[in-house]
Parts: sequence; C-alpha cells; structure tokens
Amino acid sequence: MKIHEYQAKALFREFGVPVPAGKVAETPEEAGRLFDELAVPRAVIKAQIHAGGRGKGTFREFPDQHGVQLVASSEETQQVAARMLGHTLVTAQTGPEGRVVRRVLIEEATNVTRELYVGMVVDRQRECPVILASAAGGMDIETVAATQPEAIFYEPVDVNLGIRPYQSRKLSQKLGLGQGDPARQLEAVLRGISRIFVEKDCSLVEINPLGVTAEGRILAMDAKINFDDNAAFRHPEWKELRDVHEEDPIELRASEAGLSYVKLDGDIGCLVNGAGLAMSTMDLIMLHGGRPANFLDVGGGADLHQVIEAFRILLADSKVKAVLVNIFGGIMRCSTIAQALVEAHRTVGITVPVVVRLEGNEVEQGRKILAESGLTIIPASDLTDAAQKVVAAAAGR
Amino acid sequence: MSILVNKGTRVICQGITGKAGRFHTQQCLAYGTQVVGGVTPGKGGTTVDGVPVFDTVEEAVRSTGADATMIFVPPPFAADAILEAVDAGIKLIVTITEGIPTLDMIRVMPVVRRAGARLIGPNCPGVITPGECKIGIMPGYIHRPGRIGVVSRSGTLTYEAVWQLTQRGLGQSTCIGLGGDPVVGTSFVDVLELFAADPQTEGVFLIGEIGGNAEELAAEYIAKHFRKPVAAFIAGRTAPPGKRMGHAGAVITGGRGTADDKIKALKAAGIEVAESPAEMGEAMERALKKGR
Repeated sequence: MKIHEYQAKALFREFGVPVPAGKVAETPEEAGRLFDELAVPRAVIKAQIHAGGRGKGTFREFPDQHGVQLVASSEETQQVAARMLGHTLVTAQTGPEGRVVRRVLIEEATNVTRELYVGMVVDRQRECPVILASAAGGMDIETVAATQPEAIFYEPVDVNLGIRPYQSRKLSQKLGLGQGDPARQLEAVLRGISRIFVEKDCSLVEINPLGVTAEGRILAMDAKINFDDNAAFRHPEWKELRDVHEEDPIELRASEAGLSYVKLDGDIGCLVNGAGLAMSTMDLIMLHGGRPANFLDVGGGADLHQVIEAFRILLADSKVKAVLVNIFGGIMRCSTIAQALVEAHRTVGITVPVVVRLEGNEVEQGRKILAESGLTIIPASDLTDAAQKVVAAAAGR
Repeated sequence: MSILVNKGTRVICQGITGKAGRFHTQQCLAYGTQVVGGVTPGKGGTTVDGVPVFDTVEEAVRSTGADATMIFVPPPFAADAILEAVDAGIKLIVTITEGIPTLDMIRVMPVVRRAGARLIGPNCPGVITPGECKIGIMPGYIHRPGRIGVVSRSGTLTYEAVWQLTQRGLGQSTCIGLGGDPVVGTSFVDVLELFAADPQTEGVFLIGEIGGNAEELAAEYIAKHFRKPVAAFIAGRTAPPGKRMGHAGAVITGGRGTADDKIKALKAAGIEVAESPAEMGEAMERALKKGR
C-alpha cells in the first residue's frame, strides 16, 4: 500500500526525521492561507499523487503547469493551487491517463546545496532490511544503480537492534558528511526511517532527495513510504491513510472480492488460477502475437461467487475482445469454473468469444457442464492451442 | 532415494481444525502420507478424521514421534506456529499459509537456522515425493515416481510443469514449492544442493518468476557446482514493472528482477530454458539428451 508524501512526512516528524515546515491544503483558498501561516518569503507547492516524476510532469488542462512549483506570495500560491487541484497531472509514472490532484502540500522553500539519497528496503538474500545511501541524490536511484553501482552504499539493519550508531558513522563518512553536526543529523534521519520501517511494517521508505541546506540543516525534501499489505491486520491506522482515489477502481473491486487483478493494455481477458500460471498465460498470449488485457488470479480456494465476480470484472473492461480461461485445477475444481462461466453468461451476458482450457481436478465434470450449457465456448486441448485460438478470436478470425 | 520426505516421514498438521487444514489433511492421508497428528490450541483431545489433535506441538511430537509439520495457521499467528515447531525440535517445517508479513519471516528465519531446521515456504504448495509422501496442497494424481527433481517459486505453474513431465513419461523424484513471498525459508540453491546429493535425481526442472535474484543465484551455483542436466522456465516476461503480480515477491522493482535478466543468466549457465510454458516438458527432454 502506498501513501502520499504529506502523510509520509507526518510520520517522519513523529519519528524525528526533520522535514521542511509545511501543511496540506484541499482548496486554493486554504493553500493561500497556509502560505501566510508559514511566514516565509518563498514556498514550494507540491501536487500530492501516488506517483513520482511530479516536477517534470504537467497538467492535462494546463500544459505549462508542472506538479511542483516555487511560489512567493499568498495570491500566487492560491493561483497555482487552483491550476493543480481537481486537475489531471500526467508524469512518466502515471501513464497517459494521469491522476487527478486532490491535495497540495505547501512547504517552506529551502536553500539546499547538496542532495543525497537515503532509502530502506528488504534485502531478500540477506533476509533483513537494508539501508541504501548515495551522494547522488535527486536522481532516479535506479539509474544510479545501473550506471554507477559503486555510488550506492548499503548497511543491513537488524530488525531487533535497529540501525547502530557505527553504521550511521560509516555512511556519514562515505557520503562526505564528516563526523560533526551533519553526521549527528544523519544519524537521527537513519534511526527514524529504520524505526518507521520496522514499527510500521514497510516495504519501502525513501528520501530522495535528502537535502543539506546552506545553513547546514539536513531535511527530507521528499518522502515515499510503501507498507507491506500482508501486515494490514495489525495496522488499523492504515485505513485512514489509504486513498482509494489513487487505486484503479477495477483493481480495488477485485481486491475486495479476494481476487488479484492487474489491468494491462491489451484486448485479451485472462482468467487463471495461481499467480505463476496467470503470468505464464500472459506470456503465452504475447508469444502468439496477442496482447493480454489483464492479469487475473482467482487463487486456489475461490468459491463460485468469487469466480462469477472474476468474470464480471473481466468483462467490465470494454477493451476485451476475447477471453481465455486457463485453469489447472489443483484444489480449484474445474466444475466450479464451468458453473461460474455458465452463471456469468446468464447474469451479465458474454458477448465476446471465450476460449476455455481446463485441466486437473474434476475436469470431466467441468467439460460436461460447459457442453450441456449450450454456450458457444471454444474448447482448447492444451496451452498452445488455447493461446492460438484466443489470439485468433480477438483478431476476429 | 528422494529428498526431504519419504515413506517414513511422520507429519503433523498445525491448524488441522481449520477449513484448509482439515481438507488437506484428508487429501494427504488419502495419498498415503503418514499424518500422525494435528495441533490447534484449545482443541486438544479431539480428533479430525481419526487423527488425534493436540494443544501444543511439543505434546504432539512427544505423543506421535512426528518429524515434519505442515502449517495452515492464519497469517497473524503463523510466525508463532513456525517458532513453536522449531521449539518442539521439528526439522522439516512446511508453511502453506499465504499472507505472512515479511518482517515476521525476517524475525523467524534466524531462529529456524540456529535450530538447524528446514523451512519450506511460506505461501507455497509444499513438498511431494511421488508415491511416498505428500505434504501440501498439490494434486497428488498428476505426479509419478521418477528421476526428475522439480523446484519452483510458483504453485499451479508447478502443477502444469509436473503434468507435462508425467505425460512425457518423466517421473519426479521430489517436487518442492519454495513459495511466492520475498523472504522464504529455502532457496533454489538449498534445494539444488540436496538434488546434487540424491542419486535418484538425474535432472532438475526449475520454475522461477519475476522479482528478486534467486534465479540468478541458482544459475551461478549451477554453472559452478551442479553436474546434472537442468531445464527451466521463468514466468512474467510480459509483466509490467512496479506491479505486484499476485505473489508478494513477484514484482519488478527498480528495473531489477525482470524475466529477461533471469533467462539470460540461466542460459549463460548452460540451462535449457523453455520459451513457452507449453514447452516445459520438452525443454526437460532436451536437457536430458544434451547432458552436462
């Protein structure tokens, strides 16, 4: 689960990670008022969406307006906020559809002379969280990792001990902050994000850039936090932080039904049991010249209603020109899938060709249900046959 | 021979009174697995399909002599269930539960390792030695005893691979699902070491997916140390970056963990890579013919 920059910065404050003074506004008037409250000569106004690249991104309605802008008065703040709020910001990470901005963050402008990078993720191989730090802040860290991997420093963090002072001293030295006051500030930053990571069950905490100001202050200029969805059961407070507007409505509906759905841009709908098989089914369609419209894993234990909902979700995508049902029934019964298909046809109507490949548990019963239903279903004997048939069907052949 | 489990393995089921635990206990019993007991706190003294239920794992082990466990306990309590199994001295812990927080697994793993126990999973289909012992949720009938070791990060895709092998007359020595989470107890390399030492296993089929670098590490190990033929398939060639594809561990992050990188590493190690999921059995046959 992702949260907004302003929410992440609130957590930073709570855990002693210094951030620029600032507040979030939902209307242009409020934004203007916040500028006055800050009592600073200049402020930065930042559009709040769950995607990066905001500084370079532009608004569909105002192509010359970027997602981050420096402002010098209450009036100007109000004007800029009016161009952001309720409008669609398109960045390299949002896709062409962009995201509607519902909040803006108004922050004191700072005189940053150095930009560092600090992040924390799980290192799967070491089986522990790891802090990543680099003097190449402000850049896309993936680019740094690809072009100059030696510029990124790593410190594994013991989840029981947290980051240790010596680890912070090592990083401070490598980042060129010495061992004086800036080093002590860095230690507070690292201790804070390490505590947030562990106490809040994060999968990512990232500060890019971590600014060093002309006055020697170290500040988190940006803040990104992702939570581990699996830990939601012990974090009731996440409900308040969740912004459903940032989620794809169909993906949201699927997750509520206990299904795993990811929208893609092709025209062949896929309904598969199991994540690995669902990914392979997408791969197979591409291999045969088609384009999958989605990833949809109904899981192993889905009941009839969940599978019917899966068909509904799939067919709600108007781009879908054909559907491939690929089931290897281990626990899932092929007969359940067949019943759901018949039921979905009866209740929502299926107007596109459906190719069905069933194998495994209760496959004979499943095939029988489909044969007796009178539905025009294109049966497939194996994976390759299924892919070829659905690609042809989507192309109208 | 086989690895990890055989006819003599004595299994308990933690979470036996839950819907999934009960159903799969029945399935494992029907396959011939010696399920000798179950554990659900508060349900001790009862039975499930003739299998005695105990309040604690310690008591279950003492009463039944169990040496393996399969865990169906719900995510909030799963870490505790794993630790309880370790404490009771169980050396093979198969965790089927999906949805355990990553940090729970990070805290649990050092304890498992210190005790010298082996954890399979979590979020995995389990382990099966065809014809002898099935600990997990895989459909038993698709397997056939034989000489191919199968190791996978996936569930149903493994069934697909096993089915293709079986149809081509290639039986399996042991099949292991490692699990789809970012932190799992057993890696490809761990299993390859076991297969290397198992005389019954003459070739290995490896199923990977996007995310992490477990496949790259496996490729490196195979190139350096593994002398048996290996074929592989990697799922997720067409997966978009940044999106979690069902499994918590199946996500391309920061341009790393892509299928193409993994396929490249596997091919460089001399591994026969199936281009399509429909050709997994065929790729295994090619690898066996080619030898190493």
